[in-house]
Amino acid sequence: MQVQSMHFKARAGQKLADERLQKNLKILSTNWTGGRARAITELDDFEATRDDAIRRRNLALSNLDVWLERFEKEATARGATVLFAETPADASRLVVEIAKKHGVRKVTKSKSMVSEEMALNRALEAAGIQPVETDLGEYILQINDNEPPSHIVAPVVHKSKDEVSDLFAKVHQRPRLTDIPQMTREAREFLRPHFLSSDMGVSGGNFLVAETGSVAIFTNEGNEGMCTVLPPVHVVVTGIEKVLPTLDDLAAVARLLPRSATGQSISNYFSILTGTRAPDEVDGPEHTYFVLVDGGRTGLVGGEFQDMLRCIRCGACMNHCPVYQKIGGHTYGWVYPGPMGSVLTPSYVGIENALDLPQAATMCGECHVVCPMKIPLPDLLRKLREKQLERGLRPWTERLGLAAWRFAARRPGLYRPMVRIAARLLKAVGGKRGRIAQLPMAGGWTDHRDLTIPTGPTFKERWARRSGPGSGH
Amino acid sequence: MKIGFLITCLVDLMRPEIGMSAVKLLEAAGCTVEVPMQQTCCGQPGFNSGDTDAARSLARKFLDEFERYDYVVAPSGSCGGMVRKHYPELFKEDPDIRNRIEALASRTYELTSFLHDVLKIESLPGEFDGEVTYHDSCSGLRELGVQAQPRALMALNPKIKLTEMRDARACCGFGGTFAVKYGEVSAAIVDEKLGNIAASGARCVVLGDLGCMLNIEGRLRRQGDESTRVLHIAQVLAGDA
Repeated sequence: MQVQSMHFKARAGQKLADERLQKNLKILSTNWTGGRARAITELDDFEATRDDAIRRRNLALSNLDVWLERFEKEATARGATVLFAETPADASRLVVEIAKKHGVRKVTKSKSMVSEEMALNRALEAAGIQPVETDLGEYILQINDNEPPSHIVAPVVHKSKDEVSDLFAKVHQRPRLTDIPQMTREAREFLRPHFLSSDMGVSGGNFLVAETGSVAIFTNEGNEGMCTVLPPVHVVVTGIEKVLPTLDDLAAVARLLPRSATGQSISNYFSILTGTRAPDEVDGPEHTYFVLVDGGRTGLVGGEFQDMLRCIRCGACMNHCPVYQKIGGHTYGWVYPGPMGSVLTPSYVGIENALDLPQAATMCGECHVVCPMKIPLPDLLRKLREKQLERGLRPWTERLGLAAWRFAARRPGLYRPMVRIAARLLKAVGGKRGRIAQLPMAGGWTDHRDLTIPTGPTFKERWARRSGPGSGH
Repeated sequence: MKIGFLITCLVDLMRPEIGMSAVKLLEAAGCTVEVPMQQTCCGQPGFNSGDTDAARSLARKFLDEFERYDYVVAPSGSCGGMVRKHYPELFKEDPDIRNRIEALASRTYELTSFLHDVLKIESLPGEFDGEVTYHDSCSGLRELGVQAQPRALMALNPKIKLTEMRDARACCGFGGTFAVKYGEVSAAIVDEKLGNIAASGARCVVLGDLGCMLNIEGRLRRQGDESTRVLHIAQVLAGDA
């Protein structure tokens, strides 16, 4: 997917002005955060469950190569083919090759964010193969001129029902519906023929299980089964970091994923798919492929960003993020939005291509609090800020300001009179009203807020007066 | 008990009376308060901007100035969080300094947690009469676990009527340099807070950090609200407002 993160500021402005989007985001931030808060109380001990799952994820990641090898061995033994792709583009090429090999003309897809990294639909179309998104949200986006998702779990969360009603009426050429079950039924009517005529299913994979060579998929709509079991070929595309050693590990993270994501105890569907159709089985694909994507992930292994690889893609960080709640996912400009995306995007596509993302965070820490994997997202964002500064990627005005602050803060003899002068200057500018509406070089502040001025001589002045002359303390 | 008072740069410059209220509270509880006059800034603005070296050198400066005290107290969860949580991380590679920093960090408190958890005060030195709502500032809440303390302290004065607002723990959109770099987004976030404050019915919002204070107050005034008061918890507890 093309990186658009450099347009962050302009897009943020547009999104803030979009009243309908603001309403839709409000629903997300209210309902989903509430749902998650309720769902975690179902666990006897949420913290212990979380710590246990984190330990398991860390164990898997600290021996990632070993578990991937084990996965490959077990999956292969059960008839699947495991392929590794260094880049998302390589992964797309592999999927297209698989499709060509099997004479595929139509691909039905279950939701996959990795396929967004790969820009898989575009690659399939370029090869003359028709991709059909079958997750309702992804379907809506596809028929809306291939709009990108704005959320990793709820891709179409930025749209209201009215917008979807208009879109369905236009694209389906049917009378406009407003009742959600009716609209869903209409989408099913359009999707069903695709399911039945599909030559190949492509799905994501929430987790890979090394000991059985399986893929685990959490969904809510049932479309996944239609994509993975019905067509003769099933291709799983997912990231290499998704491997878990055992089914036990899977059970541990399964207690956290739906609860953190949608506030469900468990998703409506939870599939563990293993191998191809055996001679004594009645369904399942004849051919199963795993295309496991690196796409920058090994670059995080063993480094200061390794914690990020624990991410289980629940979206809790964005649901709870005050910035995401205001600007929505499209502003972030690549596949993954919100706090996790602000760490992943620069890590995967280059720090210099996503300069705003680590900066556009209030560091409030709520993402860290709600993350089922306790990924220290604010710390990772701060590290990215550090790297931007080290590489000279910040604007000169910011670097100058920082240098001046650093110079003064290290020199008490200079700092103290400076603060004294600043207090008086600000007071003078603020005048009788006691506040400043426009201050040169501080437009970022005063364009939106008044600056209420200092209330008097500095604390140190008052303290020195109280303690008497010559007082050091 | 000798307290080194960490003024914090924003209190020093913008709201010195809050510092005086904090000192009043500490002294009323029997503490001896000293103010190292060489102190400048805890280093957080640089730390959050990626200037780790500057943060490290200011942490050493802090160590020199404050190590001699029994406790360090700051009228801020943000600066308190910087010292308690982040200072030790800055010296991972330097065990000598790290041990000293960790020891000092563990003696450093945000004002309300010190009054409540360490001093366990049972009375307040001043009067305040009125209905308030409380905004939980992010660093104090999430880095230091400051949530029950300010509420428990306000409850010591029966004339303070606390009415909780919706989403009291949600960020006000300040975020340090974020408020300046992404002013428009920041303003949209603080407008949520303003709406929740107004809906609470309290005409006074109390909080524990200057960043949030200047942000909320500045936006209220810009929006034409001249009457909603924005007070620091120290002012309310000390009866100075």
